[in-house]
Amino acid sequence: MSRIKNTFRKLKKKGEKALIPYIMAGDPDLATTKALILEMEKAGCDIMELGAPFSDPLADGPTIQKADLRALKNGTSLSDVLGLVADVRKESAIPLVLMTYYNLIFNYGEERFVSDAHAAGLDGLILPDLPPEEAGVLIPAAKEAGLDTIFLIAPTSTDERIRLVSRLSQGFIYYVSLTGVTGSAFGSQSSIEDAVRKIRAVSDKPVSVGFGISTPEQAAEVAGMGADGVIVGSALVKVMEEHLGSPELIPRAAGFVKALKQGLRGAGRSESAR
Amino acid sequence: MIIPDKKGHFGAYGGKFVPETLMPALSELEKAYLAIRRDKEFQDELAYYFREFIGRPTPLYFARRLTEHIGGAKIYLKREDLCHTGAHKINNSLAQVLLARRMGKTRVVAETGAGQHGVATATAAAMFGLDCEVYMGTDDVVRQSLNVFRMKLLGSIVRPVDIGSKTLKDAINEALRDWTTNVGSTHYVMGTVFGPHPYPMMVRDFQSVIGREARKQIMKLAGRLPDALVACVGGGSNAMGLFYEFLRDPLVSMHGIEAGGLGIEKGKHAARFAGGSLGVLQGSKTYVLQDAEGQIELTHSVSAGLDYAAVGPEHAYYHDEGRIEYTYAMDDEAMEAFDLLSRLEGIIPALESAHAVAYCLKLAPRLGRDKNIIVNLSGRGDKDVMQVAKIKGVEL
Repeated sequence: MSRIKNTFRKLKKKGEKALIPYIMAGDPDLATTKALILEMEKAGCDIMELGAPFSDPLADGPTIQKADLRALKNGTSLSDVLGLVADVRKESAIPLVLMTYYNLIFNYGEERFVSDAHAAGLDGLILPDLPPEEAGVLIPAAKEAGLDTIFLIAPTSTDERIRLVSRLSQGFIYYVSLTGVTGSAFGSQSSIEDAVRKIRAVSDKPVSVGFGISTPEQAAEVAGMGADGVIVGSALVKVMEEHLGSPELIPRAAGFVKALKQGLRGAGRSESAR
Repeated sequence: MIIPDKKGHFGAYGGKFVPETLMPALSELEKAYLAIRRDKEFQDELAYYFREFIGRPTPLYFARRLTEHIGGAKIYLKREDLCHTGAHKINNSLAQVLLARRMGKTRVVAETGAGQHGVATATAAAMFGLDCEVYMGTDDVVRQSLNVFRMKLLGSIVRPVDIGSKTLKDAINEALRDWTTNVGSTHYVMGTVFGPHPYPMMVRDFQSVIGREARKQIMKLAGRLPDALVACVGGGSNAMGLFYEFLRDPLVSMHGIEAGGLGIEKGKHAARFAGGSLGVLQGSKTYVLQDAEGQIELTHSVSAGLDYAAVGPEHAYYHDEGRIEYTYAMDDEAMEAFDLLSRLEGIIPALESAHAVAYCLKLAPRLGRDKNIIVNLSGRGDKDVMQVAKIKGVEL
């Protein structure tokens, strides 16, 4: 069983929701990213979503765009990110998921990438600009290598596309909570609840909700809507941005992750009590 | 073979590489486009505006003095510079805005580099009463302040984009982000034969009026098909617009001219076929200027309209097929052609179009006097006058 699947299963037994924080690898540098991952794991991170920087991140809002530029400025490459994954893997057992843009994987070579990524200890891959229709090479290659390809469903997705994405997504299904880019204002509750219900009706894979979730209260709300996991990216990257160059960076980021996890624990309990 | 296929692939190129949020919108757009393609009422309305608003057909003008000066093939200029707003861009903008209105959209967004596509879209939006916002890199906003003001006069909002290279590429990213956020009310008017399917196909079709007219006109003027076609290639819409109608005529050679800038070195040009490799950018798989990792490189051209890291996927297809030949003209060659055409023909060309003229100066003597060349004069040079003065060190 994949490490991601296993994590969701274990959490479900405990009546807990997965907290999936996102940070950009190499922002501000790879050593900090490694230390952060290990601290966040202690603080309650269940699955780590790691960005690899790209020059043209068109699904991302300003906060993550700036993180891309910071990581690129110090020369962070996709190979460096795989090196980081291998390094972290020696000390951590939580699932590690990579989020980046397709051009980097395409240039690396899709088959070579999934094999190197699996060898490094990566568990999943999220490429927001690669819809399943264009993933004809990646899906079988990733499956063969044992890497989960995670696809996204959006508020605009038709029923037909919900079925398609749910069928092809591995590890979990990523529900984009709003019509927009990362870091936008929190989406409408009723639409998230409806969407999660729709996905549940066609798939028993775990559903994680991301985009626009920025506080422990919102994380708890989303968890209460039936999601199995909650993804928080821009808000966390913002905490880091505010403490760049300060020794406070790691404790502050870890503190925020801890607060998010506490929010989720509360929600998990209240939902199972219902 | 009919290209693109149903998924929008031109052989190995093209496709739809966009976030899920936009996938349904692209399907909706494709459906609406395929419907109007066969809809007589829409096509009649479009023909009406092409004629009465844009001023089509544009002339095919025999450049007698230029031809005599070069001493070779006869040079004919397809005068897209005489279109309303000063370039071929309006053909596509007007058609897309008309389509957006039919789709019930109340707002359009567009990207612009030099400002020509922004002005064309702002113009069409004003005429049809739609809200319009144009994204433009902050560097371009400074370089093309006149066009920024034109767009504002036309009632559009200009949104400066102050991230990345602060030019066209970043303006496209931001326009796509806007569309992702406002996809219900908004249509994205892509300005060239680029981006996700159906844009490369749709923009090509809307621009193909250029080649249809040119074909009739050259038959009337010369009594036969041309021997060569020449057009500049940024994204490649004016070139595809001229070439498309002649693709099945094997004796018509076609030449796409990219921006050689200061030379084929990293960051100094925009010649994707000379210095690029296969990649995926902003919705499309094509030739891209990128580093070994796939990070998009900075580009340079004296002409803002050619200053872009990727080329339309249909061009990539015909490049590999060998049907269209691609080469480049350097900044200084374009400047010389700019001067020459101004002085010999009384036509100040856009710096983009000057690249096509520059290549024609080499091609005409090679072909010989009994041959005919059509050069697509895609835009007029008014917008470039300030920049040219600056390059020449003239204070206005």
